[in-house]
Amino acid sequence: MQTENLTEILRQHPFLAGLSDRHMEVLLGCASNVRFAEGAHLIHEGQVANRFYLVRTGRVALEIDVNARGPLRIQTVGPGEVLGWSWLISPFRWHFNGVAVADVRAVALDGECLRVKCENDHDFGYEMLKRLSQIMERRLEATRLQILDVYGTTPGVSV
Amino acid sequence: MTHEAIHASVMSPDPMLAHPVTIKRVIWETDDTFTLQIDMGDFGSDYGFRPGQFNMLYVFGAGEAAISISSDPAQPRGLAHTIHRVGVVTTRLAQLKRGDMIGVRGPFGSSWPIDVARGKDVCLVAGGIGLAPLRPVMYALLRERTAFERIILLYGARSPLDLLFRVELEEWAKERNVEVLVTVDRGDSSWKGHIGVVTNLFSYLKLDARATLAYVCGPETMMKFTIDELERRGLPESQILLSMERNMKCAVGFCGHCQYGPEFICKDGPVFTLPRVRHLLDKKEL
Repeated sequence: MQTENLTEILRQHPFLAGLSDRHMEVLLGCASNVRFAEGAHLIHEGQVANRFYLVRTGRVALEIDVNARGPLRIQTVGPGEVLGWSWLISPFRWHFNGVAVADVRAVALDGECLRVKCENDHDFGYEMLKRLSQIMERRLEATRLQILDVYGTTPGVSV
Repeated sequence: MTHEAIHASVMSPDPMLAHPVTIKRVIWETDDTFTLQIDMGDFGSDYGFRPGQFNMLYVFGAGEAAISISSDPAQPRGLAHTIHRVGVVTTRLAQLKRGDMIGVRGPFGSSWPIDVARGKDVCLVAGGIGLAPLRPVMYALLRERTAFERIILLYGARSPLDLLFRVELEEWAKERNVEVLVTVDRGDSSWKGHIGVVTNLFSYLKLDARATLAYVCGPETMMKFTIDELERRGLPESQILLSMERNMKCAVGFCGHCQYGPEFICKDGPVFTLPRVRHLLDKKEL
């Protein structure tokens, strides 16, 4: 019963839209339902990235420690989004802290478990990589826009 | 959508004549952005404007600046402009107090179409000061709430301290079938809302591409990224409208100061359908 519920939850998450039944079955073995209270850390900068999260409700802030300035919040991840891809990329360590800024419900996916399955089933591995690559591309694009600081003064439009 | 739909706008009978008006109230929205509420006096009796239009505000001895109207078009005598202090004229405008006088001429330019949005979803995407020209649209849509389907406002600012109209944002979000999503580029631990660029907010929406009109106003780079996002979601370019910004002088297409390719922002814009200006968006030094 619990597994059926988890399958349904996974199917509803945009990250897994259109995933085949066979690949969903593979993924299911690495998935678990998790909750975090506001203020809880989901990921810690520098620690081993052994999980990633499909956020269902709530919001997670990504922070980076800037020595003199303390933690700097650079992005939030909310419902329907994915938190973390360092589980897939060597050396498998988080580059940010992830803090729940509201109570979070998510599906946690075991990174090590998934890496083994990706190695053993390259079709599945390619499917995961395609989906994560899209997210990486969108985040890169968003980061470019963010660092442009577009809300400053427009050159030539300053009367 | 034809350009005529957004060009059925109100215009002053004598566009070069500045009318003296009195500052009724100055509201500081953020550290560098303020709203001037204006007492129109005699000038106000037959004054009207449409959402998205602008006035030329004349500070005696300093010069004129083109400023979008940010107030309710149904209450033209309650005229207000929300102004980002960035240059000589806007700095002088920022120094005005209640009772001071300025000159106003206008309204000028094309407007955000309201009638063509009837029965449709409307998605407003605003960046920074770009929320000011879209606020009259919100007023117009909410005034006839049942005439429209979903109303979506996506608003991005640099930081929580740079958010405009915070009280109204909260009020709008309480309206039926109105979704207001706000994000900031930079936040601290006291900010519990979204952090990231305004285009990220599309992740939390499902747009009905065939039934949605998108009105976009903000820095050009932000608008370009927003167009990409809207088109990724299937919106045809004819359903996307932008408000362009250039320094303006005469406001009636005589001086050429705001020429944008074959268009004059003051006369042909500032609101354009995307097909009309798309080929100009990536050109340098236009």
